[in-house]
Amino acid sequence: MSIKSLPGKIADCFSIHNATGHFWYQRVTALALIPLSVWLLVLLNKALSAPYADTVAWLTAPVNAAAIVAWTLAVIFHAALGAQVVIEDYVSTLSTRQLAIRATNLIFLLLGIAASSAIVFIFSAR
Amino acid sequence: MVEFTLPQNSVVKKGKTFKAVGATKIRKFEVYRWDPETNENPRIDSFEIDMEHCGPMVLDAILKIKNEIDTTLTFRRSCREGVCGSCAMNINGKNTLACTKAIADYKGTVKIFPLPHMAVVKDLVADMSHFFEQYASIKPWLTNDATPPGEGERLQSREERAKLDGLYECVLCACCSTSCPSYWWNSDKYLGPAILLQAYRWLADSRDTDDQARLDDLNESFKLYRCHTIMNCTDTCPKGLNPAKAIAEIKKMLVQRGHT
Repeated sequence: MSIKSLPGKIADCFSIHNATGHFWYQRVTALALIPLSVWLLVLLNKALSAPYADTVAWLTAPVNAAAIVAWTLAVIFHAALGAQVVIEDYVSTLSTRQLAIRATNLIFLLLGIAASSAIVFIFSAR
Repeated sequence: MVEFTLPQNSVVKKGKTFKAVGATKIRKFEVYRWDPETNENPRIDSFEIDMEHCGPMVLDAILKIKNEIDTTLTFRRSCREGVCGSCAMNINGKNTLACTKAIADYKGTVKIFPLPHMAVVKDLVADMSHFFEQYASIKPWLTNDATPPGEGERLQSREERAKLDGLYECVLCACCSTSCPSYWWNSDKYLGPAILLQAYRWLADSRDTDDQARLDDLNESFKLYRCHTIMNCTDTCPKGLNPAKAIAEIKKMLVQRGHT
């Protein structure tokens, strides 16, 4: 991989070029998010109503940390796939469409890295 | 980008009114009119029809207008029994066949427009060229390179034949495709529900051996995957078919092929 193509490759990270693959992964991540969202609801409940130390303690339990990381990755992947579909639906100019998809992929990638890093930091600081 | 407003020369204006003088049982019809030979915007003409002297279907009313009130009204019709698909139009906001839709099914004014989001040739006649080009693109014919059996016919079991029920009845009226928002936005690339139902008709045919090539051709984000299961197609089909299910079956075949 040349250095020149690296930003493009990163921006393309969520783009499934096989149309059926895109359809399949969108549904798999949607299904995965149903059970994983239970952990998110517990985390949100703790973040809003429990003391800070309790929330951190809950998040440093390996199962909870793994579930929240899995939720984060699934929701980021699912959202990137969904955003691509919306852009493809409504942006007909090919160059603008590709730019918009790459830009949203990059934003979702940065969000995913930031969220996962935050959870790993909390987990490793216990 | 997608357009949400009509261009200035497509804004619909109020047209002429034709009264049914002396009639006692009157129904009012508003009809979209546009003539490419004049430089005018489209308009809505209003016709009062004496139902004592008119047949029961919307097509009967349109024919009465053409024969007795305004001979310039232009529309397609042929079989008058829901077999040819020619008289597909938008009646009171829903695509249907004028020949199989009873006037009594509607209350108040009956509003008649051409199929939505299609270029209009004149009045109620939509330009179907692209639609039929898309139909040709899916190779709507039996492909089987094997030598036919001695009797000359490729036979099917009852079960194999039954898989074509709900598919072969499609008359290609385009009511479903032109009711689909995805088809409105991306009809240049998306095949739309009517053509995809036809594509599945050949995929489901036990005599056809070209499945893999047909699936390869459909495995594309715009041709097939612009279907977002909005279901307008199934809701509007005047033949009671289910194009959304046919599209789902194609997606299922592609997933099974790629993930088993």
